[in-house]
Amino acid sequence: MSARTVRTRPPEDLPLIPSGGKKPLAYWLYFIPGILLTLGIVVYPVVYNVWLSFHSWRGGFTIPEFVGLENWGQLMGDSSFWMSFRNIIFMIIAMVIIPTLVGLVLAAILFDVIGRRFSGRLASFLRATFYLPQVIPIAVAGVLFGWVLYPDKTGVLNQFLTWVTGSEVAINWVGGEGRTALFSVMLLMVWVQIGYPVVIFMAALQRVDPELYEAAELDGAGWFRRFHAITRPMIRPEVFVVALTTTIAALKVFGPVFILTQGGPNKATYVPSYYAYIQFFGNGTNKGYAAAIATAVTIVVAVVAVLFLRAQRRAEQKEA
Amino acid sequence: MTAVTPAPRSKPGRPLRRTASGKIRRPHTFGEWCLLVLAIVLAVIVVFPLVMLLLNAFKSPQDYATSGPLDFPRSFYTDGLVNFWVGKNFPRALWNSIFISGMVAVLGVVVAVLNAFAIGIGRVRGRTWITLLFLMANLLPQEMLVYPLFTMFDKAHLLSNPWSVILTFTVIQGAFGTYLLASLYGTFPKEILEAAAIDGASRWRTLRKVVVPVSRPTLSVLMVFFFIWTWNEFLLPLSFLNQPDSLTVPLVLEQLSGERQTDVTTLISATLLSVIPTIVFFLIFQRTLTRGITAGAVK
Repeated sequence: MSARTVRTRPPEDLPLIPSGGKKPLAYWLYFIPGILLTLGIVVYPVVYNVWLSFHSWRGGFTIPEFVGLENWGQLMGDSSFWMSFRNIIFMIIAMVIIPTLVGLVLAAILFDVIGRRFSGRLASFLRATFYLPQVIPIAVAGVLFGWVLYPDKTGVLNQFLTWVTGSEVAINWVGGEGRTALFSVMLLMVWVQIGYPVVIFMAALQRVDPELYEAAELDGAGWFRRFHAITRPMIRPEVFVVALTTTIAALKVFGPVFILTQGGPNKATYVPSYYAYIQFFGNGTNKGYAAAIATAVTIVVAVVAVLFLRAQRRAEQKEA
Repeated sequence: MTAVTPAPRSKPGRPLRRTASGKIRRPHTFGEWCLLVLAIVLAVIVVFPLVMLLLNAFKSPQDYATSGPLDFPRSFYTDGLVNFWVGKNFPRALWNSIFISGMVAVLGVVVAVLNAFAIGIGRVRGRTWITLLFLMANLLPQEMLVYPLFTMFDKAHLLSNPWSVILTFTVIQGAFGTYLLASLYGTFPKEILEAAAIDGASRWRTLRKVVVPVSRPTLSVLMVFFFIWTWNEFLLPLSFLNQPDSLTVPLVLEQLSGERQTDVTTLISATLLSVIPTIVFFLIFQRTLTRGITAGAVK
């Protein structure tokens, strides 16, 4: 009998299928494909990059040379690296803050006003419209915006602005001075991201008991007051999920920068993934330095994920 | 998971409005009309770039140069489409994308089911840490994976081979699937599993004949998502696939847009052509998609 193995495990650790004398250890067999693949595709690259970040290596047939913390020291004083991280903040504004706030209001309008007071079909149609950019490949969206934001007066947006304002507009969106290039990337990301929170928040609103709203309405609470007092607290878990997933997505942005601006003008739109990519694949660049950039981003992603999950747990405990 | 579907509370003999809870019937206020207009205006802004695409995809270069992007087309010009279709071998790219995404959808779900079976139903020791290890694949920035995998696939002669991308994304998507399915299987109805065990079914047979069929709705949602996510990937396919014959749809479009001699009308037609497959999936799977992202959001 397997009594010995069973006795040491509390009931919530027992397999759901009665073991009937068979060893629970046999479940490990099911991990074989998953673990082998993960070792090759994930664990090996992580170990390799961490190792490489302490070496100087020009690629090809040259031999990596151990340099200790040299790459990391260089990274701390590298203005391009800090610039790329600073730009992450702008990506977070475009991918997390704006979509979450606008999505919250839009979801409430779609669900509460349009869905309930006008037509449920119109509400789901509009929801689908907002979600549409999410399924378009980011590279395709990038090329599309490259055309919409074409720099001279023949560009779509410039022509449109010319038509609206009545005077000729020729903004150099993608290659422009100051922050216009960064603003172009942000515009694209807002467009891509806006539908995601709308769909999640609308689903969350369906959990809220409609009687709650009706009672509040009878008590004379206006729409905004109801939104503030009922909707916002009810969908807080979803706000957490959206904020976590989009923040991590913002830390990983690559395609839009690669396609729209190539990091330019003058590195103004550098993001860490783009910086690491051109360091890795550039001719004769130090791959060890690229590995240090990638490792640094990985550490930041891990810290952000842990902080978020901890904050979420704390919020849940407070409620309970 | 406690979705409260508002049941239609109709009083007999009284006509119901079509809206879900349809109870309070009063004329729309001015504020409500304003919010309706606001939502519609925002939706128009969102589709604006796509409408522009459609408006300009069939313009001849002369037409585009004289009338600009905002005017209606005066010609019906398909050379741009043909240029891209033939010049970049679009059908080949389409097939590459379908093959890669389809393989990842199937293999990713298979790996996720096996992992989740051991974690959720087998409840192996240290399962929290194992789940975290798997999930790492999904959280890691792809620049952490790209170079070591590039050198690895180079040595294995798998560069420009679809399997380089398939293997990589089987792990990345499978990681998310493992995370989602593990919690689902953790609450799998125990009675069904016990009944299967009493009937003498082995674990493997229970997985195939009981667990998979019962969780089929979730598995199909996962497949749709894996397919679309893989279709849309950029950084890793860009690095692993270099030969013209191996490119996916986003990659051929990116390549076309990077070429200096590409004229604007060809680029517009090509962009339209590249958007079409995703719009088709979107229309087919719209319901699955909205149901799916919601399932992912609720832990």
